[in-house]
Amino acid sequence: MPDKPGRNAIEVVDVSKIFGSGEGQVAALDTVSVSIRENEFFTLLGPSGCGKTTLLRLIAGFDFPTAGEILLYGQDIAPLPPFKRPVNTVFQSYALFPHMTVADNIGFGLEMLGKPKAQIKVRVAEMLKLVKMEALAGRRTSQISGGQQQRVALARALAPQPKVLLLDEPLSALDYKLRKEMQIELKRLQHETGITFIFVTHDQEEALTMSDRIAVMSSGKILQVGSPWDIYDKPAERFVADFIGETNFLTAAIAGVSDGKAQATLKSGATINATVAEGFQPKDKATIVVRPEHAKLTAAKGDLSGTVENIVYFGTDTHIQVRLDSGEAFTVRQQNTRSAGCGFEQGEKVGIAIGNDAAQVLRD
Amino acid sequence: MADPRNIDIKDQPGFRSIAIICLCVLYVPVLILMIFSLNSGSLVTQWEGLTLGWYGSALLNEEFHSAAKNTMIISVTATIISTTTATLAAIGMTRVKPWRGLSTAFMIINLPLMVPEIITAVATLSFFALIAGMFGLNFGIGNLILAHTVFCIPFAYMPIRARLEDMDLTLEYAAADLYATPWNAFKRVTLPLLVPGIMSGAALAFIVSFDDFTITQLVAGPGQTTLPLYIWNQIRRPMTPEINAISTILLLVSILFVSVSFLIARRRAN
Repeated sequence: MPDKPGRNAIEVVDVSKIFGSGEGQVAALDTVSVSIRENEFFTLLGPSGCGKTTLLRLIAGFDFPTAGEILLYGQDIAPLPPFKRPVNTVFQSYALFPHMTVADNIGFGLEMLGKPKAQIKVRVAEMLKLVKMEALAGRRTSQISGGQQQRVALARALAPQPKVLLLDEPLSALDYKLRKEMQIELKRLQHETGITFIFVTHDQEEALTMSDRIAVMSSGKILQVGSPWDIYDKPAERFVADFIGETNFLTAAIAGVSDGKAQATLKSGATINATVAEGFQPKDKATIVVRPEHAKLTAAKGDLSGTVENIVYFGTDTHIQVRLDSGEAFTVRQQNTRSAGCGFEQGEKVGIAIGNDAAQVLRD
Repeated sequence: MADPRNIDIKDQPGFRSIAIICLCVLYVPVLILMIFSLNSGSLVTQWEGLTLGWYGSALLNEEFHSAAKNTMIISVTATIISTTTATLAAIGMTRVKPWRGLSTAFMIINLPLMVPEIITAVATLSFFALIAGMFGLNFGIGNLILAHTVFCIPFAYMPIRARLEDMDLTLEYAAADLYATPWNAFKRVTLPLLVPGIMSGAALAFIVSFDDFTITQLVAGPGQTTLPLYIWNQIRRPMTPEINAISTILLLVSILFVSVSFLIARRRAN
């Protein structure tokens, strides 16, 4: 996937945020640096407590970093209060003003910027159209559904044409179907407005489907930044591999690293090719990961061998859990066909073939 | 265990009788008072017939007028000052970085609720006597307004603070995020959402001031008779149903005031 380098909208430089003092100090962010490009859909992904929301709040200005700089198009905004930053937020709870109509909510930012009334009216109408809420402009925000509130929250944050839009898990309160719709809607809005989106979520699937680039966070650190494809197929660390999608971990002896490829000898004795992250020099022993869909179950002897422990049917595919002869667990995902079964039975001795470009050496 | 939502309180043994006794103890005396305000005889214990005459004589009574006027001046002024002070205090104690002495301040504000009123009354009386003696200062009806304001503050403070604490802080973040300066965010978001709390605070303060007796009795100077004091003075003489009529008027004013503020608060909240 080609990277399209553009200007950086946001640069986070060595930012730390420490809460509490003395013994009770907790580093919510630990010297984090990341650059977010102009017009990009950038996602901060991680489990709760990883610091992703803290980082978003620092960019919004609701909190100030203990150390470091936050640059917006080169200007340090870290010390500015939120109302002086050309950055708007869509809150997890939407935070619509309950005493105002839908239209007044959307116009609030422009009004506070002191724009003339006529101009606000035009812009609010535009925004209502953009999120398809024209018919409900005069409603109180308590009189509309959750999905509609979400649209109003988006329109309200987009109306002042922020340089960057921050979205704090905005889809988490919606049911599954509505969430899917809003994911597409968000992508469309980002495309139409050309505004840089910084999206916070703990939902890896959401992150993979929506983002141009993803930063995976854990314990106040950014572990890896890359395209969804990079993050999924070339995880640099165990946490990233484990957090995103299902995966198999194998220990292997590493030899002959060259050109980003290593020869990995598995416990079964088979040697396979594994990719190595750029600039990383693995030791003799390392963990490698293989995604369940990148391995193939065979009746004949493969790179690995074991016994089928469990077969789980998922509709689109079947997960076959194998206990390897070395004692490790390994899952293979196999696409289903309409009429035939998966072709294997519980207790059967099987081989596993690992493709030439299926394995990745982890940094840990 | 049964789901408590399936238990009907009306089926509980003794519930009906206890409820009826409580309601009677609370409201029968008030009802009798109101009924005898319509008595055509001049005794408050012996029914003779129906009349509205006592309301007429009450409304024409000069002393009642002057007491009502004093009461309104004191209650309205004390309500405005105490509600404003309580609002500022509540904001200063919930919408800022926690400061040293915050919990002490909270205690001090609410202390008047715990101190027996007669103690506050004696203390207030001595205080005004002291400054009158030392500096020759006497604020006239201002003394009463000041005293009322002080004991109204905790009553106004509590519902306002409760409302502020219930309010979603994210709304204020959202306002700031949308370019509202702290003052604009307060004016356009916090204050409008706080109105129901301020209304109930003000209603409570007004009612507490309106019927205060103990402190008023000790602090009031000549010509500063309020309605409760006037009623007290009347019942020390031979009582006529006029006093029942006056009490009923007072009661209706209170009910009207509380209902209106309740309705406004509910409409604003929706």
